[in-house]
Amino acid sequence: MSAHSDVLIVGGGPAGVAAALALRASGVARVTIIEREEALGGATRHCSHSPFGMLEYRRVYFGAAYGRRLRRDAETAGVTVLTGHSVTELRPDGSAEVSHPAGLARFSADRILIATGARETPRSARMLPGDRPLGVLTTGALQAYVAFQGLMPFRRPLIVGSELVSSSAALTCLTHGARPVAMIDEHDRPLARPPASWLPSLVGIPVRRGACIVDIRGADRVEAVTVRRGETIETFACDGLLLTGRFTPEAALLRQAGEALNPGAGGPSVDQNGRCANPLFFAAGNLLRPVETGGWAFREGRAIGREIARDLARPAATAAPVAVETHEALKLVVPNLLRRGLAPSPGFDRFQLRFRRPARGRLSLVADGRELWRKTGAWLPERRVLAPIPAGIETCDRVRFELSED
Amino acid sequence: MTDAPKDLFDVAIIGGGVVGCATARRFALAGARVILLERGADILSGASKANSAILHTGFDAPPDSLELDLVKRGRAEYLEMRGECGLSLVRTGALVCAWSDDEAARLEGIAAHGRANGVPELRVLGAAEARARAPGLAAHLCGAVEVTGEHVIDPWSAPLGYLLQAMALGAVTLRRCEVTSGAFDGEWRLETSRGPVRAGAVINAAGLFGDRVDEALGLGRNFTIRPRKGQFIVLDKAARAHVPTIVLPVPTEITKGIVICPTAFGNVLVGPTAEEQEDRTRATVETETLRMLKEHGERLIPALRDIPVTAVYAGLRPATEQKHYRVASYPEKRAITLGGVRSTGLSAALGLGRHALDLYKLFGAPLTPAAAAPRVTTPDLTETEERDWRRPDHGEIVCHCELVTRREIEAALTGPLPAGDFNGLRRRTRAGMGRCQGFYCNARLAKMTEGRFETPLAVGKER
Repeated sequence: MSAHSDVLIVGGGPAGVAAALALRASGVARVTIIEREEALGGATRHCSHSPFGMLEYRRVYFGAAYGRRLRRDAETAGVTVLTGHSVTELRPDGSAEVSHPAGLARFSADRILIATGARETPRSARMLPGDRPLGVLTTGALQAYVAFQGLMPFRRPLIVGSELVSSSAALTCLTHGARPVAMIDEHDRPLARPPASWLPSLVGIPVRRGACIVDIRGADRVEAVTVRRGETIETFACDGLLLTGRFTPEAALLRQAGEALNPGAGGPSVDQNGRCANPLFFAAGNLLRPVETGGWAFREGRAIGREIARDLARPAATAAPVAVETHEALKLVVPNLLRRGLAPSPGFDRFQLRFRRPARGRLSLVADGRELWRKTGAWLPERRVLAPIPAGIETCDRVRFELSED
Repeated sequence: MTDAPKDLFDVAIIGGGVVGCATARRFALAGARVILLERGADILSGASKANSAILHTGFDAPPDSLELDLVKRGRAEYLEMRGECGLSLVRTGALVCAWSDDEAARLEGIAAHGRANGVPELRVLGAAEARARAPGLAAHLCGAVEVTGEHVIDPWSAPLGYLLQAMALGAVTLRRCEVTSGAFDGEWRLETSRGPVRAGAVINAAGLFGDRVDEALGLGRNFTIRPRKGQFIVLDKAARAHVPTIVLPVPTEITKGIVICPTAFGNVLVGPTAEEQEDRTRATVETETLRMLKEHGERLIPALRDIPVTAVYAGLRPATEQKHYRVASYPEKRAITLGGVRSTGLSAALGLGRHALDLYKLFGAPLTPAAAAPRVTTPDLTETEERDWRRPDHGEIVCHCELVTRREIEAALTGPLPAGDFNGLRRRTRAGMGRCQGFYCNARLAKMTEGRFETPLAVGKER
């Protein structure tokens, strides 16, 4: 089996589906979504208590209902939706090897959009110490237990993290028969904004900030986790360890295809239109940077879908891109490439930046020695920072985000 | 639970690690009625669960040692028998890399040692020549010895295949079966957590508990296990392109040192450390050590800097107070100990099985060999072979990172030796062992394994 599409979309979450809809609305005939799960929706599928759909549908959907809406819209729009199909390899020539229940197939397309989303960093990549028993999970895994299988992996977990998703994880525990013994985080202040950051105290879960795990014990299942805070060592008896957040783009296919990655973001390097280093590949959604809301991913996918429709009308870009440089306090910038001859367009209407550490001072965008934009402020890690993409910047040879700290 | 069979077996093998499994196979092929007793919930749950998965040539083994002999015999037999079990071989070769002039000065000696050990295909390479073999090696490489015969295998499917062959010939495997004592009065009566087991002879392949089992059998205190911990990191499959061959260090007296090694599963591992400890069961990982291993890999192969860590693990090697294997035979008690098999066990296991049979024959018990070695099916997890996800009608892909199919998981949960716990399932399928470590598939696996394991993934229903 083999099939050719105008555009092949890998990943049927909000970004991928929105791009498919935009492509069809732009008159692109053959648009195929390849999704490895049985349902569309991506990470929204198992978030049973987070509302989705406000930005794109002006109404609220929960969990799997949002994915069903995406599927209905995609199929109505004439998008070919293939669920239960896994892309096992991306080839630089714009083709993909796909495994599906009946066997193996090759799909090719004029352009491929990769929208494989993000996942949380597991215990191994966090290099946590101790035994390796059952019961160490991420929020996504926990929510899949609850939402898809009706099961619980623990009753008294210790939760790690202070992002928005950490509060969501605590809420999932509390509403499904588990009582977190504590929430700990390595940072001295929570990464999430209020009111989400107030949740643990509101529901009486002990919080330890500036704390790191020094031991995990358990022969079969987690029995205890030891935490150090300064000179204080504290051991929590628990039957699970719930690792929340620290999202990382699911960029394995691109990494194996040898595609250039955006170092701070972990996803592919993309230019102002969402185009990768290989001009046949585009990327959108949380694959680009961890992590934005479903609504954000949807709008990003829609904008990049429109770009791809324009791109199909011309030969694939050949100009070598200019890399956008950043000060060391900045963790990432998206897009991190600029290509000449391709004016900025709604693909990305702004640069997205994130700091890796707290900083205070003037952030400025400097292109060929000229300061094109600046903003002074107190910058917190992991918060979304936006900067304009000035007209004509893609013709510059050196583009850099500077920070002069107070 | 006292459900052990009442029959009199020819031989009881204590320990379902790679040595026990290979020995069970050899005795079953020789026509013996075999029972294998494993204390864990599944085979390979002790020392054999964590190693570097290299099929060694023996080039660096102590000269004229039993270990050298058994590594060579074990390797040769693996190459000969692997078709019977569908076992893979990844012909990576190895480079013993010198990273200083001092180390480079020792390369000729290493090559000479290897040739004296009967490993002919050894070449000393200059830095440029070595880097032509593995272009990713760092610029400070000074030279290397190329050992083309060092290969990589699937360290879990191999022993599983050995034991499945034994079972196809009638061998019995009892898991969660700990031997507490034994007495010999013409035949052995072993007291176990699953009731008494009777056998004409006993083989101690108890790995990390080899010394204690010797004592429990009344064979005396012949050696002392001194567990030596090895920590490993496993890098994402993207690393494999940078590591075409096994990168070995110039060894020291204590250890073979930290290896950078392709795995059969398409990853790259860095490890092991060599840390003496008292505890025989707890093999913890430590953050600082894992970071050190990552940095070590990056120092030797700079492109590994951008590769994420997929998994981390630690294992215990059953080292003793002496470097050599602790193999002993007690003809008057019809007992054999295969002890102190510390780091070359995967390579030597089939050799140890043969050696044990040679020793057993001296007991004077005649056996009638099986007509032919049975063919058995083992998991196809090697990336250089055809994996199930490439084949029709696999059901679906359950573990996306390692591309594990529903058919593979169902097969691992059924058959003559189904997975005994979640780790056993992971070893048989790789489900949950990939870069997301279960973010996508753990809940699904909890459902698929409901009611199967003593320690289930889920503690109960959500409510």
